[in-house]
Amino acid sequence: MKNITKIALVSCVAGLMSAGVALAETVKVSWAAEPYPPFASPDSSGSWSGWEVEFAAAVCKEAKLDCEITPVAWDGIIPALTSKKIDMIISSMTVTDERLKTIDFSDKYYDARAAIAGPKGTAFDATPEGLSGKVLGVQTSSIHQRYAEKHFGASVSEIKEYQTLDEAQQDLAAGRIDAIQGDSFALNSFLKSTTGECCDLKGYVEKDEAILGHGIGIGLRKGDTALKEQLNAAIKAIRADGTYATITKKYFDFDIYGE
Amino acid sequence: MLSTNTLPAVSSGPTVRSVKPFAPIRYALVIAIVCLAVYFGRWDWIGDYWMRLANGIGVTLLLLVSSCVLGFALALPLGVVQATGPRLLAWPARAFCTVIRGTPLLLQLWMLYYGLGAVFAQFPEIRASIFWPVLRTAWPYGLVALVLSFAGYAGEIMRGAFAGVPKGELEAAYTFGMNRRTAFFRIWLPRAVQRALPTLTGETILQLKSTPLVATVTVIDVFAVISKVRQDTYLTYEPLILLASLYIILTITLTRLLRIFEARAIRR
Amino acid sequence: MFDLTLLSLSPPGWGATLLCGFLNSVTLAAGGYLIGLVIGIGGALGKLSDNAFLRELCDIYTTAVRAVPELVLILVLYYAGTDALNQLLTVLGFASVDISGLAAGILVIGVVQGAYSTEVLRGAILAIPHGQVETAKAYGMSPLLTLRRVTLPAMLPFALPGLSNLWLIATKDTALLAVVGFGELTLATKQAAGTTKDYLLFYTAAAAMYLCLTLLSNLVIKLIDRRATRGLAVMHA
Repeated sequence: MKNITKIALVSCVAGLMSAGVALAETVKVSWAAEPYPPFASPDSSGSWSGWEVEFAAAVCKEAKLDCEITPVAWDGIIPALTSKKIDMIISSMTVTDERLKTIDFSDKYYDARAAIAGPKGTAFDATPEGLSGKVLGVQTSSIHQRYAEKHFGASVSEIKEYQTLDEAQQDLAAGRIDAIQGDSFALNSFLKSTTGECCDLKGYVEKDEAILGHGIGIGLRKGDTALKEQLNAAIKAIRADGTYATITKKYFDFDIYGE
Repeated sequence: MLSTNTLPAVSSGPTVRSVKPFAPIRYALVIAIVCLAVYFGRWDWIGDYWMRLANGIGVTLLLLVSSCVLGFALALPLGVVQATGPRLLAWPARAFCTVIRGTPLLLQLWMLYYGLGAVFAQFPEIRASIFWPVLRTAWPYGLVALVLSFAGYAGEIMRGAFAGVPKGELEAAYTFGMNRRTAFFRIWLPRAVQRALPTLTGETILQLKSTPLVATVTVIDVFAVISKVRQDTYLTYEPLILLASLYIILTITLTRLLRIFEARAIRR
Repeated sequence: MFDLTLLSLSPPGWGATLLCGFLNSVTLAAGGYLIGLVIGIGGALGKLSDNAFLRELCDIYTTAVRAVPELVLILVLYYAGTDALNQLLTVLGFASVDISGLAAGILVIGVVQGAYSTEVLRGAILAIPHGQVETAKAYGMSPLLTLRRVTLPAMLPFALPGLSNLWLIATKDTALLAVVGFGELTLATKQAAGTTKDYLLFYTAAAAMYLCLTLLSNLVIKLIDRRATRGLAVMHA
């Protein structure tokens, strides 16, 4: 027991050191510091696992980048990128025209659909009429928040914004909200968990490409074109050599890349 | 987390002194910052958000006033039993104050909101109760966390204040034929409150600065409105500058009001 | 009701992760507190100096920092502060520095603490009997020597209650960095709770850790206080 404590503390201090001294050529990869299964969630040993974590490692390896993981809060992830605290966002961030005004993106690396989940007992559709009078939970500064405000804002009784999707899901399970909107993969992962037993998928929301964007890409600072080219080539390469498919098989029984 | 303990050196310290009657550098700086911000910043969003901002300020002030009033009401018994109560009562009161003062408010708030949320998920009966429409909203948890926090800090202050009222004053009251009840309400309580007043007003200012934490559990106070602006507009500086300015104005106004109140209360 | 194995130090227990977060919190608090003290000494001397401009500048700093909620200050300094620092460095012709999360966190806590430290130290310096400083001057001590040999040691007993209180505040203020995604105890707790869904268990455990830190600090403070106030019977009267 004592030894384990010692190891834990040593690795802890080492972690702090590496956080304190940034090496010259490292690229800081970031995702939201929150559980977002099956893409990225912290495990009990303090390290991260999930599809996106493995994807990030594969891309870094392929592009021969020395990547350092620096999770930050989701609602501050774009400011963190623009103020150079991080260099790459690999956090299931959708490429939208609005975000493109502030940051740049690599080519897409997967595609998800926006869906609505709600308690099992009640039946309703993922439409403004179906959600009428309900309290809808979304993650703050996500495409779902934007979408909900535009399409459901007039019909729902309230849109509640959470810092993390996990918190919104927790409140759905607790019955504090009537529905949540999120990416279908993340929602499905929640619905399969014990807490998610309460609820099921009510359906996909109607398309609105202006808000729901063009797939999920790696967020980059504007002007980092060399890095962008490197990453695009790396994504293409791991798609071609089967690495992408191998990682995907561990978490999904279909290709999440989309068409 | 944002509060002090009973040590008088600081408890009265972190209140903000009012602007000096003549402070040319300060005024010049304020004017310069305002000009720079207006000239270089992007402020077109204010038009869309000012209603929500006003609402948010209202929520912040409402939370402040109600949590201070309720918290103080709780602090009185906490202080009394710690100062003179039987050990059976004094000990839990002491433990309460220690726990509240020894842990961050943010942690307490998340524990209340998400911890209880997990309990609700386990017991559907709670959802069937008549309290559910209130329990499912976020503000009660924010308010309760703020009330408990204020009670914890103010309880400690009141313990010192009750213990510090000179014995002679109470003895004099009894000699005048007052019973314990009358002596408490006429002498002990007012004297203790009077002694604690400067520290309590300092605590009130600190409470104002604790209120934005409730935004992390989906209460829409002024902090939450500004967060929304930040996310909608992707602006880094402007919303935060406005938010900081709003809080400076609120703090300075509150400090002045409390000072007037304090001066009146002590004069009596 | 509680599955205590979740707290064990080896996986699948989250104990080591929480402990790590706790260590980060203590590092942040200690670093921020020390930076705050340095700022505080400078600020206090500035506030007591004969230079009106300097006095005013220090006063603006303490007033502004103490009027704005710590949560807001942390957002401002964490997102805008480091960015502004780098822009300033670029304008001045220096290379921009790479400010890590930890350094930014410590700086943020330090700047907040500095304002309160300034006030505590200023009050303590004012409490020194004036004759002591004058005597030092009469002996021909330079201002710096006076500061080191007379002012700082003499004010210590007066500053201790306030400074120890600030340490307790620093330990709790670190929790606010959870909001910007810094991996200290409160965020580690939130992640553990969110992943396992055992909210009450983890929050209770974290509360116990913070409480232990506070109680331990109180003990140490008492010891230091007893040592520092030797021969100052008047203080306790």
